Amino acid sequence: MALFRRETQRRVNTLPLVAPSVGVLLIWMIIPLVMTIWFSLQNYNLIVPTIRGFAGLDNYAYLLDDPALWTAMINTLVLVGSVLAITVVFGTLFAVLLNQDFWGVGAARLFIIAPFFVMPTVSALIWKNMLMHPVNGLFAWITRSLGLPPVDWFADVPMLSVIIIVAWQWIPFATLILLTALQSLDEEQKEAARMDGAGPLSMFYFIILPHLGRSITVVIMIETIFLLTIFAEIFVTTSGGPGLATTNLAFFIYIRALLEFDVGGASAGGVIAIILANIVAIFLVRSVARNLDA
Amino acid sequence: MATLTLRNIKKVYGDVEVIQDLSLDIEDREFVVLVGPSGCGKSTLLRMIAGLEEISGGDLSIDDERVNELPPDRRGLAMVFQSYALYPHMTVADNMAFALRLAGVSREERMAKVGEAAKILHLEPLLDRKPRALSGGQRQRVAIGRAIVREPRVFLFDEPLSNLDAALRVQMRIEIARLHNSLDATMIYVTHDQVEAMTMADKIVVMNAGHIEQVGSPLDLYHHPESLFVAGFIGSPKMNFIEAKIASVGGDGTKVALSDGTKVAVPVSGGGMSSGDAVTLGVRPEDLTAVANDQATGGDLAGRVVVAERLGGETFLYTEVLDGQTLNLKGPGAMTYRVNDAIRLRIDGATCHLFRDDGKALPRLARNPMADLDAEPVAPGAAG
Repeated sequence: MALFRRETQRRVNTLPLVAPSVGVLLIWMIIPLVMTIWFSLQNYNLIVPTIRGFAGLDNYAYLLDDPALWTAMINTLVLVGSVLAITVVFGTLFAVLLNQDFWGVGAARLFIIAPFFVMPTVSALIWKNMLMHPVNGLFAWITRSLGLPPVDWFADVPMLSVIIIVAWQWIPFATLILLTALQSLDEEQKEAARMDGAGPLSMFYFIILPHLGRSITVVIMIETIFLLTIFAEIFVTTSGGPGLATTNLAFFIYIRALLEFDVGGASAGGVIAIILANIVAIFLVRSVARNLDA
Repeated sequence: MATLTLRNIKKVYGDVEVIQDLSLDIEDREFVVLVGPSGCGKSTLLRMIAGLEEISGGDLSIDDERVNELPPDRRGLAMVFQSYALYPHMTVADNMAFALRLAGVSREERMAKVGEAAKILHLEPLLDRKPRALSGGQRQRVAIGRAIVREPRVFLFDEPLSNLDAALRVQMRIEIARLHNSLDATMIYVTHDQVEAMTMADKIVVMNAGHIEQVGSPLDLYHHPESLFVAGFIGSPKMNFIEAKIASVGGDGTKVALSDGTKVAVPVSGGGMSSGDAVTLGVRPEDLTAVANDQATGGDLAGRVVVAERLGGETFLYTEVLDGQTLNLKGPGAMTYRVNDAIRLRIDGATCHLFRDDGKALPRLARNPMADLDAEPVAPGAAG
């Protein structure tokens, strides 16, 4: 009897208790989304304020016809993919390195983590003016002292330059997450592998890498969210150029909205960006979520 | 299979010597148990044998070949860890075959050997599972299977049963003992549990603070402890120690007097001792008897029951005698003494031990016949 009563007591209607916060969250998300979709269906260009009205899918048709959109999409994927690959590989290597005990490991950790605390605009400026600059840059000085012609990074290999800058900012994040994961690896497991005859390489491949699997998944997921919207680095260094060489979706929308003042077109670009992000998310969740359930 | 020789082994961390000058011989096919309190260096010693810790000094030889500098995998040893240390992302079969895989053994041969070991340990239905889907006892068996598959010269066990519940521990104890018989392997086993040591060992090595206190068969250590430490460590409940003074020394034993004047004759040689010397009298709880008041003689100690622990089959009484000294008594389950009851304890001098004030035991005049009884082999099938 007592058990029965307790069970009925637990069946409280929780909806009114949760509703306020869920409601706020819903409004928070729905209003910008609906407004974006609404604007994307309007003829709304600030330069020609006389032409207003419902445009139907004209904005989308115009956008999808524009080869610049496709270039921007491919650039986005290239940027995200390359930075992910670089940060995961180097993050893993740095994590394994920093997990060793050597003289000055504390300082080394600090230096490797430090780039994460530099704000994107500042680090982009430093890379642009002090490292990659063809006249003043450190890299140019190095190539010159080797008797080679300097590389004009942002003119010759603009996408690679942006990738290097962004990867430099995100390697610390990957290192940090993977280092903490490494520190949770059971010492006895490593010792058992040593007794089983595992050298450093097979230890890394058979024991350490599988142990890091889940954390690598987390790194990839979190980084993807931020890398899809990279803007400051491109704005400061190349402004999406030369031509469209470094224009990603975020920068493309910026051009539409704040350089061409085409609110309708920019909103349509935003909706397309949402769709692209969701496609990436589906692939990501499909391929890596297996690692997470355990 | 293998003999192991340790000569003047030393282990130093910084300027702390955790193991000083330790020598030990381990015969072929012997089951040696290293036992001692926490921090006595037994695990460190095992890890040095395994090659996981560097040896700071001395020689470690396996089959007369010095292996100090050999890496762990080339010493021909296999180790079972306390946490089992299974590889969580590999199946049971892959866990067991990992060493062979690294050694470049072909897949068919690997699976054949894993199958063989799985049969011995009844692991066949579990081969495709991951470790996290196994119970503690099954994980333990996989860890042992991983060791068997490598066909090592020596098996090393580092407190392998301490994470199991009591019933499973008893079962795994029997299984390991059976395994030792069927594999004819040399095994070195570290534990702090003296029941494991007593039941499984051919030879027990009692360690204390980085050195060996005594080496011997379980019953040898039980009946002829060479020091106060070994006497207190082997046997459960712990041996009672009573302060006493030598009363007389003779050819047929030594007589001591307790603080209340009670005299006890102990059959040990009192060489070098003289009347009045302070000694410690050791009495095992199972050698103490409670006597009824009407059978009392002058040689009994009068006291009071402080705590009574009834286990059903046996009873432990904690009594207070001789101005506050505690004596433990192990008796039959049918004992009716209650807390605060008066009790008379009879000490049988023939089973007592005497220890000098430096902790060394006075040698017994005659060896207990049980101490030289060879360890009974465990019949196959005993564990079920």
